[in-house]
Amino acid sequence: MSTSIARVHGPAQRSADALSRPVATRTEGARARWARRLPLLPALIYMIVVTQVPFLATIWYSFRRWNLLIPGSNKFAGLQSYRQAFSDPTFLTALVNTVEITASAVVLATLVGTGLAVLLNRHFFGRAVVRTLLITPFLVMPVAGALLWKTTIYDPLYGLLDFVLSPFGVHHVNWIGRFPIPAIVTLSVWQWSPFVMLIVLAGLQSEPLDVLEAAKVDGASTIQTFLRVTLAHIRRYIFLAVLLGSVYIVQTFGKIYMVTQGGPGTATTNLPFYLYEQVFNAYNVGVGAASGVIVLIGTEIVALGALRFAWGLLDTVQARS
Amino acid sequence: MLKATLLRKPRHTGRRARQLSATAALASAVALAAMVPVATTASAAQSKKVTIRIAIVANPQMADIEKLTPYFEKEYPNIKVVYDTLPENTERNVIETDIATQAHEFNAVMISNYETPIWAKNGWLVNLTKTFIKKDPSYDAGDLLKPIAESLSYKGSLYSVPFYGESSFMMYRKSLLAAAGLTMPLHPTWSQIASMAAKLNDPSKDVSGICLRGLPGWGENLAPLDTVINTFGGSWFNMKWQPQLTSPAVVKAVNFYVNLVRKYGEPGASNDGFTECLNYYDSGKAAMWYDATSAAGDIAGAAPKIYADTGYAWAPVGPSGKKSGWLYTWSLSIPTGTPDQQQTWDFLSWATSKQYIKLVGQKLGWAQLPPGSRVSTYKIPQYQKAAGAYANLTLQSIEAADPTHPTVHPVPYTGVQFIDIPGFINLGTQVSQQISAAIAGRTSVTSALSTSQQDARSMVSEYGLGA
Repeated sequence: MSTSIARVHGPAQRSADALSRPVATRTEGARARWARRLPLLPALIYMIVVTQVPFLATIWYSFRRWNLLIPGSNKFAGLQSYRQAFSDPTFLTALVNTVEITASAVVLATLVGTGLAVLLNRHFFGRAVVRTLLITPFLVMPVAGALLWKTTIYDPLYGLLDFVLSPFGVHHVNWIGRFPIPAIVTLSVWQWSPFVMLIVLAGLQSEPLDVLEAAKVDGASTIQTFLRVTLAHIRRYIFLAVLLGSVYIVQTFGKIYMVTQGGPGTATTNLPFYLYEQVFNAYNVGVGAASGVIVLIGTEIVALGALRFAWGLLDTVQARS
Repeated sequence: MLKATLLRKPRHTGRRARQLSATAALASAVALAAMVPVATTASAAQSKKVTIRIAIVANPQMADIEKLTPYFEKEYPNIKVVYDTLPENTERNVIETDIATQAHEFNAVMISNYETPIWAKNGWLVNLTKTFIKKDPSYDAGDLLKPIAESLSYKGSLYSVPFYGESSFMMYRKSLLAAAGLTMPLHPTWSQIASMAAKLNDPSKDVSGICLRGLPGWGENLAPLDTVINTFGGSWFNMKWQPQLTSPAVVKAVNFYVNLVRKYGEPGASNDGFTECLNYYDSGKAAMWYDATSAAGDIAGAAPKIYADTGYAWAPVGPSGKKSGWLYTWSLSIPTGTPDQQQTWDFLSWATSKQYIKLVGQKLGWAQLPPGSRVSTYKIPQYQKAAGAYANLTLQSIEAADPTHPTVHPVPYTGVQFIDIPGFINLGTQVSQQISAAIAGRTSVTSALSTSQQDARSMVSEYGLGA
């Protein structure tokens, strides 16, 4: 792939060209093109139906004010549901909580995951077993993991945390009641660090050894090698892990439902949980749908901005390496 | 190939004859087919195999009915029963959505005395008295406990039938009270309970003076708290539907409850619901426990030594002296517009009959039969022997509960530990969240109640109450 294309057209254009231009467009006819696309149609139709139909239904409901508990309330209401959603103080609290939980969990998971990957990158006795054990939290079902943490670790009377910290005088602390956001964030970090670790480990293991040798020959210490050479190489992997991790952690619902039920008060109510409460506690389909559309638009803006930044970063990184 | 078929020369020989015979065959087939339904509808009611789907909650009593369903299917061979068992919160959501959208996914649903009057008013439930009970005197609806039957009725007719019922009372460890030199009066007051809890609270031995619910949920921490509010002379709304959550009586009641739990309650109370308190009490970590009368049966099953050491007293009262035991029942109901309603009623009447109650006692144990639904249950000698310690107090507590006049001053709503209006699901959840935060020490009672007051105002305006 010629780097001149990268500089002239920009990364988005380059990838678009690479993907959309089949190998032999000009020589084969429309028949060959359709023969290539036809097998993909079932998957495409399925995806469109499964994602777009509920999406359109949500937009439809967001313009009505339907409360399941009030018979006959399914009427057109314009933007009233949107106004109700914006003016609900819990919505804004949920927004702030979502940002707080996601940012903390992603940053901490990245640090822990990268650290673990660096440790796993060298050979030692029992490395395969340790690697398997470290991946396990990611494989445990999220809801089962949340219940496990709630009852066996966080419980003030019987929990492991209480058992371990009792000799130090920390006794019968209500972890979930007094520190709800750290409790949820710790649980998220426990679950997602293996994810980051796997991605960064792939990056570390793809690092060309000659660069490391050259650094050693030039007299760089281990820390200098890591900071100047390794980090530059795995930067794109870390970024990928951060991007994917954020997308998943923003949607945290199972942990909050099982451990804190959005509480105490509204301390751990994030946007997915707020939506759930609107539809299944208040049975307010209109406001729930409107909140969903608002969240979607917000996520689009953030994601597009992040992706733009990311492509720029990747471009610079690739051009430099 | 199609082209070849179309161009083939038609054979004329015997074509008309073939057409005629084909028509005759078709006609006779149609005639036969038409006759078959006529033949079956004659005995349709008897021989038609019907499957009914029941949505139930995952409680031990419901597990028992699943075990004993083969007896029902033996008696009614044409009816097959399929259960959809879910945990309480999920089951409520599923059923509410199903009924509100008229999806008719279930033939019968397990609801409570909260939903029944509201849904009956909306026309979502079948009038069981008019449609079935009037024609079936053997059901003996007069045997149902009066407050329970009234709470499941609308305009004098039953819209669901009780599976089991409960009130609330105080359970305590006789040995721990004796060791502290205390005796529990049969009709205690909350101030007596508070001073006893102070003496019984022993952190060095990991024993709390009292166990009280703090878990968020309108059916969790609000159930006992509402009874305390009622008996302290408070209420949620006045007759004009103005929220009263910051009134002096309510503030006093909530402060009492929250401080009692904070000082002498179990650690982590803000996350403890019925199940957690049951576990704490069963493992001897609580000297007293104020909760549902049905808990006694659960203690008997899980911790026989603790059960043998447990005494029972009436639900404590506040300064007003108003009896405060709550009233709750899980009941079975038929949504309107569903098919096979007669067969569904056959199952409902079996599941809530005297025969079923006796069957549970005979096959699974006398302490396990569904309590609090029929007067005749409490006359069964084997049940008196197995559950005598708490059975009579349960019966008396249920009979003393008055959901139509739950508070000291008149109120525009019914319900002892809940408010029987549709908006209560959301309002109750929001308020219970605030209370849980107050118990956890993350917010003061004052700010919890002022937030709750605002939530109550929004609910009143959304549902147009008192307008």
